[in-house]
Amino acid sequence: MKLAKDLVAASATPMVLGILAEGESYGYAILRRINELSGGKLDWTEGLLYPLLHRLERLGYVESSWQSVAGGRRRKYYRITDRGLAELAEQRRQWATVTDALNEIWLDRVELNRLIPIGSLA
Amino acid sequence: MTATNDNDQLEAQFAQWREFVQRRRELRQSDADELEDHLRGSVDDLMKAGLHADEAFLVAVKRMGRLDELSREFAREHSERLWKQLMLVGEGDAAAPESRSRRDLLAMVICAAGAAVSIKAPDLFGLTFEDDSAFYARNFSLFALPWLAGFLAWRRRAKPLLIGVLVTLFALGAVGANVYPLTEDSQSLVVTSLHLPIALWLVVGLAYVADEWRTSRRRMDFIRFTGEWFVYYVLIALGGGVLIAFTVGTFEAIGISPDEFIGNWLLPCGVVAATVVAGWLVEAKQSVVENIAPVLGRLFTPLFTAVLLAFLVAVVWTSRGIDVEREALILFNLLLVVVLGLLLYSISARDPLAPSGLFDKLQLALVVSALVIDVLVLVEITGRITEYGTTPNKAAALGVNLILLANLFWSAWLLSRFVGRRTPFAALERWQTGYLPVYAVWTWFVVLAFPPLFDFV
Repeated sequence: MKLAKDLVAASATPMVLGILAEGESYGYAILRRINELSGGKLDWTEGLLYPLLHRLERLGYVESSWQSVAGGRRRKYYRITDRGLAELAEQRRQWATVTDALNEIWLDRVELNRLIPIGSLA
Repeated sequence: MTATNDNDQLEAQFAQWREFVQRRRELRQSDADELEDHLRGSVDDLMKAGLHADEAFLVAVKRMGRLDELSREFAREHSERLWKQLMLVGEGDAAAPESRSRRDLLAMVICAAGAAVSIKAPDLFGLTFEDDSAFYARNFSLFALPWLAGFLAWRRRAKPLLIGVLVTLFALGAVGANVYPLTEDSQSLVVTSLHLPIALWLVVGLAYVADEWRTSRRRMDFIRFTGEWFVYYVLIALGGGVLIAFTVGTFEAIGISPDEFIGNWLLPCGVVAATVVAGWLVEAKQSVVENIAPVLGRLFTPLFTAVLLAFLVAVVWTSRGIDVEREALILFNLLLVVVLGLLLYSISARDPLAPSGLFDKLQLALVVSALVIDVLVLVEITGRITEYGTTPNKAAALGVNLILLANLFWSAWLLSRFVGRRTPFAALERWQTGYLPVYAVWTWFVVLAFPPLFDFV
């Protein structure tokens, strides 16, 4: 299953902020965590993640610092700020509204198998 | 294959990859670091999963996706990076170029301050702008251009020989401007004041091209430098005008008249210091901002061609002779300078290997119509000179006119051969760069030989 591009883009910000709310992290680890959380179904590219991190930094939701790690490498760590936490809470409320409404429709009124075209069942 | 061998190979691959990333202007040094860390993390994991170093590297790079798409995504967030920014000092990204630009900035500030101090230095000996305007008029370029030349020579780490030549030429300029007994209302004074800056500018050119003064490419670079310098100078001057307007307006609002300060300090110091600042800007931004002079050249070539052709048609239609007043020759000299400038800056931006096109034909029309007009003017003016005798003004104007005419005549010939596909474009470029010494010889001749030739009139 491949997720629609718009959906990936819309969920990207709360996803990254949520992961950073668990503790500071860096690009590669964030990407792996997303992969792990979605069971490999969310396949983010670096071209999505890094510009997003830079945008969140510009908006003041995260802050970054360079740290030395083993092997003489430098790594850029990101940490969520208070503003970021507030934004995360706001996004959670919005997403909850959307998912609640969708659940209302999908679980209570429409059964999933009715949506599958008859032909493909055969 | 040993482990260290593997490692070396991997490092070499990383180095190569970095080089590719750094060529992208959307990606900064810090982005490259961040992406490299990502790539290394990915490679480490793949190697833990049992892949060889080179396989892991290939897979990791492949996963990262095409660099084109990656930099496009970066550009979307950092759109300001596509507007090439000229930083006064480096961004703190790359260590080496930063210290370089910092040193350049420092040298520029010293030279600009030196220029500002030097123009106020004669004040100490009682030479004021009001009472000794003649002194300042003929010496003005001597307060500014040596500093610009000094800055350029410093930047190019000029050899002692070149520095000696530069110092000698500037000293010669100072001698030419000051030893002749010229009175305040003598024509030679005006002629010297106009020709010395050009002569000295070509000395600046010598500092610019440094050791490579013989090569055509380098001289063309100096022509480009001149155009960009001019554009920047005009921009700085506009800013200075706004500054002055606000200085006057605000101080007069509280009843203080800043005229004295502006006339004696702000304006003269600003004018000479801006010479150095503009030169530094051109040097610093060379690869950062698109050259603007060629763009202006392209924009105005069709317009000037149209005006000149219309003028020619009008002359023929009304069968009116060109009324040659005293100023007329100067006006037509300036016209030739503009036409030459349009030609030069179109050449400077042109790919020498591109075949001739419509624009080259347009240029040919421009040059030919300017030539025809100038010949009409010359016929008139030589009649006048033989009738009334010559003065330094007329002789200088006529000399410049003939020099420009000769240049444009041969340019027109080369252009027509190029449009007819008989000579390569490079011939025109070589002709223009080879012609530069002619200007130098003529302007120095005017400065040094005209006053005695005309008995210091």
